[in-house]
Amino acid sequence: MEKEKAGFFSKLKSGLNKTRINLLDGLDSVFHGFSEIDDDFYEELEEVLVMADIGITTTGEIIEEIKTLVKVEHIKNPNDCRDYLIELLSKRLDIEEDQYRFEQEKSIIFVIGVNGVGKTTTIGKLAYNFKQDDKKVLIAAADTFRAAATEQLESWAERVGVSMVGSKEGTDPASVIYDALQSARAKDVDILLCDTAGRLHNKKNLMEELKKMNRIIDREFPGIHRENFLVLDASTGQNALNQAKEFKEACDITGIVLTKMDGTAKGGIAIAIWQELGIPVKYIGVGEGIEDLQKFDPKSFVSAIFDAE
Amino acid sequence: MAFENLTEKLTKVFKNLRSKGRLTEEDVKLALKEVKLALLEADVNYKVVKNFIKSVEERAVGSEVLEGLNPGQAVIKIVNEELTSVLGSETVELQFEPGQAVTVIMLCGLQGAGKTTTAAKLAGKFIQKGKKPLLVALDVYRPAAIKQLEINGEKQGVDVFSMGDKVKPVEIAKASIEHAKENKENVIIFDTAGRLQIDDDLMKELEDIKKEVTVHKTILVVDAMIGQDSVNVAKDFNEKIGINGLILSKMDGDTRGGAALSIKAVTGVPILYVGMGEKLSDLEQFYPDRMANRILGMGDVLTLIDKVMQETEEVDKEKEKDMMSRLKKGKFDFNDYLESMNQMKKMGGLSSMLGLMPNLGVSREDLEGAIDDKQMKQMEAIVLSMTKKERSNPKILNPQRKHRIAKGAGVDISVVNRFIKQFEQTQKMMKQMPSLMGGKKRGPFGGFGGFKMPF
Repeated sequence: MEKEKAGFFSKLKSGLNKTRINLLDGLDSVFHGFSEIDDDFYEELEEVLVMADIGITTTGEIIEEIKTLVKVEHIKNPNDCRDYLIELLSKRLDIEEDQYRFEQEKSIIFVIGVNGVGKTTTIGKLAYNFKQDDKKVLIAAADTFRAAATEQLESWAERVGVSMVGSKEGTDPASVIYDALQSARAKDVDILLCDTAGRLHNKKNLMEELKKMNRIIDREFPGIHRENFLVLDASTGQNALNQAKEFKEACDITGIVLTKMDGTAKGGIAIAIWQELGIPVKYIGVGEGIEDLQKFDPKSFVSAIFDAE
Repeated sequence: MAFENLTEKLTKVFKNLRSKGRLTEEDVKLALKEVKLALLEADVNYKVVKNFIKSVEERAVGSEVLEGLNPGQAVIKIVNEELTSVLGSETVELQFEPGQAVTVIMLCGLQGAGKTTTAAKLAGKFIQKGKKPLLVALDVYRPAAIKQLEINGEKQGVDVFSMGDKVKPVEIAKASIEHAKENKENVIIFDTAGRLQIDDDLMKELEDIKKEVTVHKTILVVDAMIGQDSVNVAKDFNEKIGINGLILSKMDGDTRGGAALSIKAVTGVPILYVGMGEKLSDLEQFYPDRMANRILGMGDVLTLIDKVMQETEEVDKEKEKDMMSRLKKGKFDFNDYLESMNQMKKMGGLSSMLGLMPNLGVSREDLEGAIDDKQMKQMEAIVLSMTKKERSNPKILNPQRKHRIAKGAGVDISVVNRFIKQFEQTQKMMKQMPSLMGGKKRGPFGGFGGFKMPF
């Protein structure tokens, strides 16, 4: 257990390494490069935050708050601003405890998002995680649109060693969900993972299709613990906010999976999404390996970003 | 909508300013502050924005404000011109090797950018151009990637070359050249695996392919929704592999696509195509001017204006003025409808027009769903089945009249009812239109420049 923890931590850190270095480099040059807190300093700060995809609106709010603090606390040294900034950012990511109740009970996890964010891969990794916890897992391959999507998921299912319900390309995805629900009931599984086709959030008919699947789950399994995960590519810019809004409207999102965090993108939009919509990040993807999905712990996330080694 | 039209914002900023003549430094600074926000909202890279604003400022201060424009619009005009010039002043076509010589194209990019789909779309495009393409599956890592390409290739009627996922991509690439020779295929498209630009091993794989095989064009496929990181990605791919062109995917979403500007500014490579949908035919030419307006959140008002300007030259100006004022009051009848339909036919049909419209607060899909070119014919038949009185006074349409019209047009009564309902909605929309376009002024950027509504 102890060893596993260490592994988890270093993995998270290595995944976040780039993020931390980039953001810290930026921050440190801001904090050390200036001898006083002036307009240039704030502009530099703005640059660092915007470059992390936090968004100009949220960045503006953060800077306003810092400005007020500087006045109230009579902060003179730019370096002292650093701690305040860390506190501000962590506050923005501060989520309630107990975001992983679905692990303790029978749950259905519905995974949605735009094209190419990594839904299928995330499902594979989630399945692996649950399988490691000795859960009985079933996967529903409801992406019947993209060529070979079912085959892709099938190879994940095989790799993990869990069963999958799928169908031919072009089948109504709602019928796949329905079949999977029946199968989940018959097999008495602990967790049903539903993969869906990538869809842009401004495609009305595709969002309706999503709502339909969502309704079917509610109808067939009323009262069961449900999670709707929105998968977001960490490199996405401000459009992620639109994505979150639209998907949330179609079916209530309970958490975000932030993928591709092993790249140079900083995923700062998650802060804006939490701020505006109150949707917490639950997992981050830090690589292409089967184990490269980590629980999002806001505290270690923020400290991994800001704490020096 | 999350973002306000920039023109509207600027109109607000300049509401109290009535300065004529030349743009003062103050005017420009005020306007550019809004422009900067708009660009950042659109995900243009911060550093690119900074440089861009600086160059616009230099150009704008002291420049003349044209008759009919307010200072805000004057700044926008300059911003728009500068944006377009950064994005590339004209549309760039992908160049093939001369004659029957084989052209090798390699697609690369991050995971999930849309390479495999784009590869199949490109193949379709090339067939249209009289080429014989070959798709080559070099993604040996992602499960079922090869299968995906094979299925898409089959749909496009294109040969797909693969050697499974146990062979090194470099070897597959080499073998594919021979395969193409035997089958007389003259464009080879490499679909490579998605990779992070900081993944040295995988980046080296692409370098090796380029070393072993003559690749004529290396194209970077980028998700149009990408944020500030676009610059890092493009720069690294360009420096390590060398890219000749860019394809922006998923442009049918509602992203403003600022990455296009960032990448163009950093690498200088032309943007060749944009992916506009999931169908394999949805790959469109890139138009720098349209993109500029999209990034600024102005839709394609300018393109639309240009397009219509050409048409309106033939139209009687007085009649037109009358129609504009009728439109504003919502007095838009079936006669106008018929006339505008005829006009629109000249301009390439409704769907091509809709593509150019800015956000009207109604989603483009709704509009498209409401009316398509086929239905237009039906609608025309309905209007033509009306009496003159009915056309100029739609309110008198009672069930009896509607039945007669339905018979005359050879459609079901429900079609007539739906059409009339849509017409009423259009009327409502027309009323809002002038204000949506920002301001009452009839400059090229505010108002509709005095042209007829196309529908």
